[in-house]
Amino acid sequence: MEVILETKHLSHVYSTGTPFERAALVDVDFTAYRGEYLGIIGHTGSGKSTLIQHLNGLLQPTGGQVLFDGKDIWESKERTRQTRFHVGLVFQYPEYQLFEETVYKDISFGPRNMGLDEGEVDRRVREAAQFVGLTEQQLQGSPFELSGGQKRRVAIAGVIAMEPEVLILDEPTAGLDPVGVEQILANIHDYHAAHNATIILVSHSMEEVARTVDRLVVVNDGRIPFSGVPREVFRHGEELERMGLGVPQMTRVFHRLKAMGLDIDPSVYTIAQARQAVLDYRARKGAR
Amino acid sequence: MALKDITLGQYFPGNTIFHRMDPRTKILLTVAYIAALFLCINVPAYLLAIAVLAGAVAVSKVGVKAIVRGMRPVLVIVVITGVLNLFYTPGQEIWRLGFLRITVEGIWSAVFMILRIMLLITCTFLLTYTTSPILLTDGLEKLLSPLKAIRVPVHELAMMMSIALRFIPTLIEETDKIMSAQKARGADFESGNLVQRARALVPLLVPLFISAFRRADELAVAMECRCYHGGEGRTRLRQLRFQSFDVLALVLAALLIAAVVLLGRLPLLP
Repeated sequence: MEVILETKHLSHVYSTGTPFERAALVDVDFTAYRGEYLGIIGHTGSGKSTLIQHLNGLLQPTGGQVLFDGKDIWESKERTRQTRFHVGLVFQYPEYQLFEETVYKDISFGPRNMGLDEGEVDRRVREAAQFVGLTEQQLQGSPFELSGGQKRRVAIAGVIAMEPEVLILDEPTAGLDPVGVEQILANIHDYHAAHNATIILVSHSMEEVARTVDRLVVVNDGRIPFSGVPREVFRHGEELERMGLGVPQMTRVFHRLKAMGLDIDPSVYTIAQARQAVLDYRARKGAR
Repeated sequence: MALKDITLGQYFPGNTIFHRMDPRTKILLTVAYIAALFLCINVPAYLLAIAVLAGAVAVSKVGVKAIVRGMRPVLVIVVITGVLNLFYTPGQEIWRLGFLRITVEGIWSAVFMILRIMLLITCTFLLTYTTSPILLTDGLEKLLSPLKAIRVPVHELAMMMSIALRFIPTLIEETDKIMSAQKARGADFESGNLVQRARALVPLLVPLFISAFRRADELAVAMECRCYHGGEGRTRLRQLRFQSFDVLALVLAALLIAAVVLLGRLPLLP
């Protein structure tokens, strides 16, 4: 697979030289491949927010490098700025960044900053609005008259309209009702499928991440202790619990079964996998 | 981010005698010290003032570094004051270039002025570094409470002040966050001419104002839910009480003023 974004020995220390000095990232090697759906998981203060703000050049590393398409994003001022268009970042509670009179104008803020012509801006705004399910009427209305979930979708559309090759979303479903959560996750999935974009989903909810991503990166204490496909990561159930992350409920049940002495695969996290694991176990037992 | 490095009025928790002192005492001490500073008119008086403040800083365990860092934003004012005093004081001339001239009196008054401003700032820093904003406004409210007799809304003013102080860090953090979010959409706050820069602030200021109004609204509702209705009949969880060292400190402050006045009468150079 082709690497699109990576960090090499990335370190970040906040407030150097003051009593508040704190290392948020320590020698992190992180890789994202083109077109993959990646999950970053870690509890509050683990360094995951610091990590993603390095990926689009909002924070400058105090040590190490960030490479986009193999080139250092801090090579020149222009490159740093361009990287922000290639690597779209949707912050937590993005609805608080809306500022324009109409939804249309707000979504067009990013594309306009890219210096695109009027026709291209219009196409992108309409396409982005379609991705997140906004109607023509809503586009012409004020963003401040929308509901919380709709506002958030406007904010996400504002980043999608830049058509980034990598789309990073920090807790995009925080504080939404179950229907809102499903809609947002479906919108992200649609964008991923339509543009073959790399998606990086940051979350603290194992359940949510487990059922959407191809690969999982665990951040703890400014380092990456585990990464891999979800099943691989969930094998470290105990360590994850100790980091305060926990594993999906299904995985926890199977870890318990294993602890009770059953020879069973504890890394399952979906019903289908669980069924398979139970069947495998019975087949082995029957054979004995 | 530079915004996070603002230390003006930041509280450093600690457990020194200064931290435990009644906030009213500390406010009075600060006022007394400032008064003493303005009564200083010669070198021995300034030396005494410097010694007293240095002692206080040492006792409070607020690092010299923190004070120097806090001094940075006011450096411009200090320099301008110094320069103005240096060139515009009439007296015995010792150097001249065109309309610029330096006098002996000018040098002395520049040195004294700079010292005065720096000591004044350091002493107020000592107050805000060692007193939490809540205690500070509590102390102010108590000290100003006699004004209630002439219908000054002391409690309401103190409440407004504590809310404002409480929300400064929150708003700084919020500004940081919104700035990052707009930068992620390609906003540029750092280049362009004045007009362009001012326009670039719109995507920052609109969300910031909206969020400030939202917070104000939420806070008002939360206060009403807890039956807040102003200062009338309100009791406190922590009662302020003067202790013996508070009295001692106030006596020392009075002595300082007396000493400065006496030193000013000594027939010494300026």
